[in-house]
Amino acid sequence: MQTTLSENKKEISHAIEQAKKQRDISISEFFTKNRHLLGFDNPLKAISTTIKEGVDNALDAAEDANILPDVIVEVKQTTPERYLVTIEDNGPGIVKEQIPNIFGRLLYGSKFHKLSQTRGQQGIGISAAGLYGQLTTGKPVKIISKIGKNDPAHHYELHLDTTKNESEIAKKEIIEWDKDHGTKISIEMEGKYQRGKRSVSEYMKYTAVSNPHARLTLIEPDGTRIDYPRGTTDLPIKPKEIKPHPDGIELGILINMLKATKAKTLQSFLTTEFSRIGAGTAKKICELAKLYTNSRPSRIAKDEADNLLKAIRGTKFIAPPTNCLSPIGNELLTKSLKKEFDADFYASVTRPAAVYRGNPFVVEAGIAYGGKLPGDSASEIIRFANRVPLQYQQSACSSIKSITDIKWRQYGLQQSGKNIPVGPVVIVVHIASVWVPFTSESKESIAHYPEIIKEIKLAVQECGRQLGKHVRKQKKVKDEAKKRSYLEKYVPIIGDALKELLDLQDPDVMLINENLKDQLERSRKI
Amino acid sequence: MSDVLTKITETATDVKSKINKKQKPEVKIPIRSLKNVNYDPKVGYFELKGAKKVRALTVNTIKSFAQTLKMMTLSKQVIEGNDMATKREAYYVSKNWGDARFKEQPESDAVMDDIEAMFMVNREQLGFVPEEKGGDIAGALTVIDKDTSTGKEIKIDCTKFGSGAYSIPSSVEQLKFETDAKFILAIETAGMFQRLVKHNYWRKENCILISMGGVPTRACRRFIRRLADDKKIPVYVFTDSDPYGFMSIYRTLKVGSGNAAHINKYFCVPQAKFLGVTPQDIIDYKLPTHPLKDVDKKKIKDVLKNDPFVREHKEWRKALELMQKMGQRAEQQALAAWGLNYVMNKYLPDKIKETKTFLP
Repeated sequence: MQTTLSENKKEISHAIEQAKKQRDISISEFFTKNRHLLGFDNPLKAISTTIKEGVDNALDAAEDANILPDVIVEVKQTTPERYLVTIEDNGPGIVKEQIPNIFGRLLYGSKFHKLSQTRGQQGIGISAAGLYGQLTTGKPVKIISKIGKNDPAHHYELHLDTTKNESEIAKKEIIEWDKDHGTKISIEMEGKYQRGKRSVSEYMKYTAVSNPHARLTLIEPDGTRIDYPRGTTDLPIKPKEIKPHPDGIELGILINMLKATKAKTLQSFLTTEFSRIGAGTAKKICELAKLYTNSRPSRIAKDEADNLLKAIRGTKFIAPPTNCLSPIGNELLTKSLKKEFDADFYASVTRPAAVYRGNPFVVEAGIAYGGKLPGDSASEIIRFANRVPLQYQQSACSSIKSITDIKWRQYGLQQSGKNIPVGPVVIVVHIASVWVPFTSESKESIAHYPEIIKEIKLAVQECGRQLGKHVRKQKKVKDEAKKRSYLEKYVPIIGDALKELLDLQDPDVMLINENLKDQLERSRKI
Repeated sequence: MSDVLTKITETATDVKSKINKKQKPEVKIPIRSLKNVNYDPKVGYFELKGAKKVRALTVNTIKSFAQTLKMMTLSKQVIEGNDMATKREAYYVSKNWGDARFKEQPESDAVMDDIEAMFMVNREQLGFVPEEKGGDIAGALTVIDKDTSTGKEIKIDCTKFGSGAYSIPSSVEQLKFETDAKFILAIETAGMFQRLVKHNYWRKENCILISMGGVPTRACRRFIRRLADDKKIPVYVFTDSDPYGFMSIYRTLKVGSGNAAHINKYFCVPQAKFLGVTPQDIIDYKLPTHPLKDVDKKKIKDVLKNDPFVREHKEWRKALELMQKMGQRAEQQALAAWGLNYVMNKYLPDKIKETKTFLP
């Protein structure tokens, strides 16, 4: 088919028109349009997201420097709509050259490309909070940081230049700060402060459960001070970075890895780029894939890569190393629950590490039952991913799928159909992984991988079994008391009836009552 | 001392001696269900087989055990005082028993049934009477009762109630009868009874009409039994053509039920015959029908398999299988499709001429 010249011209002019419109979308535009992804979709959530990001950073930094974390969060009301949120830690502090980058630029950080268990994963958090504050109040982010006893404390005020994704220093000075080291960040923003479900205090309480080594303090707008004491003085074992595990690797990723590797032979590619593949296993894989062990990785064609993947899938590997993971540990989790919840039964389980798509993960579960926990509503479910509480989108989370799949009646709780069990119960689920699969960018619920659902189910069931034992024992004690009162009530009535039927005298009746009571007490199993 | 009082004393003595020997007292109660009955047409009613449940006095059963003994004390009082108590009154008396009191009447009725079965007597012998109405009588019968205050005989002529009827009392043991009727016709529905009474059908056929009003009460069954035995008159039963009419009404009247197996001896009417409406009548008289309900279908299946009475009588099996095949049922009143008085002028006279077509 022929096209005329004028038509050609028209198309070209269209392309030019469009090119004029195609430009970088500014960060602030992106932010405003995608607030919900970052957790700033409403005034209530804005404050809690800010605190969450700040506390996550504080804990990560302190642990990284082998310091027992001490974090103080303060929320102050400045105008009817505005709040000043301050997060102060005793971490190693930040060298002054890095302060503008860390707090003033989006997507700046060291965590994103790492394969190890960390709290934040995208480096977008705290600077997004600063940007939100700046957009709603025009106020800069204030930072104080000190890196050592003999070093000065630096005070910075930063504006974020949203077109350049750079920070502008509005003020910098050296001040007196009665702290050996640490960081304090203050952001003023439009917001709303509330108590109850999904509140800041709930977040702090949950964080205290998953971080027994941390001491947390919350000062609320009305001056209420809540302390969350430490449960242990042992720092968690530091998670290590690892190579991907061959289980669950996908073709696209394999091809990319083949292209990017520095290894000269296929065998050394397999042994150096993956964990848990030794020379022997590598040879077997190559044999299975009908490839030479000394082929150049970069020359492996797509078909061959496909065969290689099939060979990998057909091979059994040792589970990935678990020293890259840092679970809370069942004993500490129980201790944490005891510290934060007034119940009369506690159980916790830490599962052995498992793998989904080549990523090692560990699931932990805990249960608190009875005591002062409210008994007539659905049980409280606390979810953690890498020790971070997940407070939103509960129903979409794989942990809920696992919990509602369990038949709770066998453990002595009420449950209608496949719903969350009802009773005085708190159920805790923690998944620790080098890469936690979330269902969306807001990182509020864990994706439904069968391996993860299964592990959560096993962990919660184990706690459930212990709970069941406890509930049954409790019921037995209750039954005993009931039986005792039964005897008190009905033995005299039987004596009374026999008296009337047989015209007995009172001493006869007393003898009957005594004998009957004695016989029943004796036959009763305790 | 009455038979029942002896049994009560024996039971109480046994309980007392077991307690004082520090053993578990227990009572034995026959299991009352269709599974635990035998049917022999020569005997004429469902007889209990041997199975009994033993209720030992334990912590778990102490409450119902206490209630059973208390119920016996009430029975003793009533019998000794030559009095009687209704089931409802017995329930209210229990309100004085402290923690052993009944919450609802069905609980006290159940304990009463247990004692009945334990002693193999009926509740009237225990001194308890039901509140239920016995049934209505009209026709060629004179009932001889006693004036409750003077003890003088009263003759009640059941032909003299006009368009009304004589009511069967809750206790019928003292009644005597005078009649020259040819048969007794026991009718399921009050509506059909009314029609036959209004047109003095009993005069035409010289018979006694009884309205059962659904499943006949114990008093009604006992009345028919005593009348039929005394005067040697046949009993014909006339119900809807459905499993409820056949089994719950007719079979209960004739041979008793599983649940009351311990007293069937007194309350059965072995000489009863089923006049209609039979499944064959539905075809012969071209009656308008309704489809069988699911419960009907289930009931037919169940009785064909489990009911000793149906298993014994091939005619009933055939009738039920015919109904099963048709998938239809018909009411007594369906005969009105051929005219309001068709039942009196054609159906009943035809049937009574051919008593061989009656089902056993």
